[in-house]
Amino acid sequence: MNYRRLFLIGVPYVWLLALFLVPFIIVLKISLSDIALSIPPYTPTLDLSEGWAGIKDFFSKLDFDNFLFLKTDPLYWKAYVSSLQIAIFSTAITLLVGYPIAYGMARAPEEWRATLMMMVILPFWTSFLIRVYSWMGILGKEGFLNSALMWLGIVDEPLTILNTNTAVYIGIVYTYLPFMILPIYAALDKLDISLLEAAEDLGCTRTSAFWLVTLPLSRPGIVAGSFLVFIPVIGEFVIPSLLGGSNTLMIGKILFEEFSSNRDWPVASAVAVLLLLIVVVPIVLFQRSQERQAEAQK
Amino acid sequence: MRRFSWFNATSLTLGFAFLYLPMLILIIYSFNGGRNVAIWAGFSTKWYGELFRDQAFLDAAWVTLRVGLMSSTLATILGTMAAYVIVRGGRFKGRTVMSGMLYAPIVMPEVITGLSLLLLFIAIGLDRGLVTIVLAHTTFTMCFVSVVVSSRLVTFDQSLEEAALDLGCTPWDAFKSVTLPIIAPAVISGWLLAFTLSLDDLVLASFVSGPSSTTLPIKIFSAVRLGVSPKINALSTLMIAIVAIGVISASLINKRSVTKRLKDEQEAAAS
Repeated sequence: MNYRRLFLIGVPYVWLLALFLVPFIIVLKISLSDIALSIPPYTPTLDLSEGWAGIKDFFSKLDFDNFLFLKTDPLYWKAYVSSLQIAIFSTAITLLVGYPIAYGMARAPEEWRATLMMMVILPFWTSFLIRVYSWMGILGKEGFLNSALMWLGIVDEPLTILNTNTAVYIGIVYTYLPFMILPIYAALDKLDISLLEAAEDLGCTRTSAFWLVTLPLSRPGIVAGSFLVFIPVIGEFVIPSLLGGSNTLMIGKILFEEFSSNRDWPVASAVAVLLLLIVVVPIVLFQRSQERQAEAQK
Repeated sequence: MRRFSWFNATSLTLGFAFLYLPMLILIIYSFNGGRNVAIWAGFSTKWYGELFRDQAFLDAAWVTLRVGLMSSTLATILGTMAAYVIVRGGRFKGRTVMSGMLYAPIVMPEVITGLSLLLLFIAIGLDRGLVTIVLAHTTFTMCFVSVVVSSRLVTFDQSLEEAALDLGCTPWDAFKSVTLPIIAPAVISGWLLAFTLSLDDLVLASFVSGPSSTTLPIKIFSAVRLGVSPKINALSTLMIAIVAIGVISASLINKRSVTKRLKDEQEAAAS
């Protein structure tokens, strides 16, 4: 093997190993450790100078206490369940909002489509934090929405929306909508229009042609979009902490708080490991469906 | 028989209103003269003035810019190398592990990446500051760069490279004068993506930054946790304007290069 090749492979490889895999192993290790009043605030630490005895001592002190603790404390259990719940519902709402938009884009005149595409992508480039923040001014007690509703006489006193789960749903749908629109649009754009004409010639109404032809053929886009929304929402941190209230339990937020205010690193690490186990399932499913999709196109 | 119906027009109008109205309201209210964010008290640019007089924000912006430039450049180099060895490197030991490590940070919740990097920095005794943020952002964004670059590498005609090698180029020369110019647009968009991701990142930075290295998103986050502030509206407007100008000019440049390429190809075919 020549040196150039070794260099090309080695540099990114070592970088990822040192800054992705090793840190992850550290999290795994700390999740099995006990909290201690020292620096670093967990025990045991691996002491290689003691040789084999040190290694054996190290492993014998590791246990699953933190995971058992998570099981006994209902807070964590509730947070996991409610993260999944919020992720499932918000994915469904994003699909319902996103599909008509993608459909409209695919039906728009040819010369508009590039511009419409860019208009969907543009918000994606603007800061996520700012997009979430923009809703704080709209949904607040004295916010834009409440002022508008009261001015129109629809409500007499301001609605409480900010710092509730409703606000979290609005924030998620708003920020993740482009992820849903783009794959669905890609699927609808490829759809052969003569299939619809054939269906209508054979006696389908426009509505039944949609249910029997368009919707099934856009399934790959729906599946991809749903995963692209669902996976990141489970671990979401910014949206629940800015728009949610104290009763909005999401695991990303709990992890951050556990870490920064309680300083309980072993428990925070155990939360992280469990969160990863939860996301791995949809990630693997997503990968599978993408591979199947790629094979079907061959 | 593609009919653009009323239903299509309505859903597009409502959809884009939903996507753009919140930002529009934010921009309008950044010019509000009053302290109360919901009541319009006349046009004024005073919050922009206050923003530029606030040293903490200027410092944070400077930190963010430096981190962004350093990490996106490093990430572009590493990500392009990684994409190249994955697509062109043939089989080597650990190729699967490497593509897994390139894919994982994209889908992994950022809170986990942040926590694990912080625990690493503490374990090896690296002080938290600018360096740790750059390391974290480079690792995270190089994966995105490698996705963008490898999608271009996959579609390009490998025989061009082989021809250069046959004609006596060294592998490095062939890369420099054949491969690099062809993948350059992907490398540039990879850099831009890495840069915006770095500018925007709150979660990783909050884990790995030290007290002396507050980035703009951290500053914004701690300010808005307490509620809406007109100064943040002004800052957001500036950031939205910069991004909009950047994206629109990039797409115009891209459009021009595509039309030029099509024209060149037509001329080549005609001659």
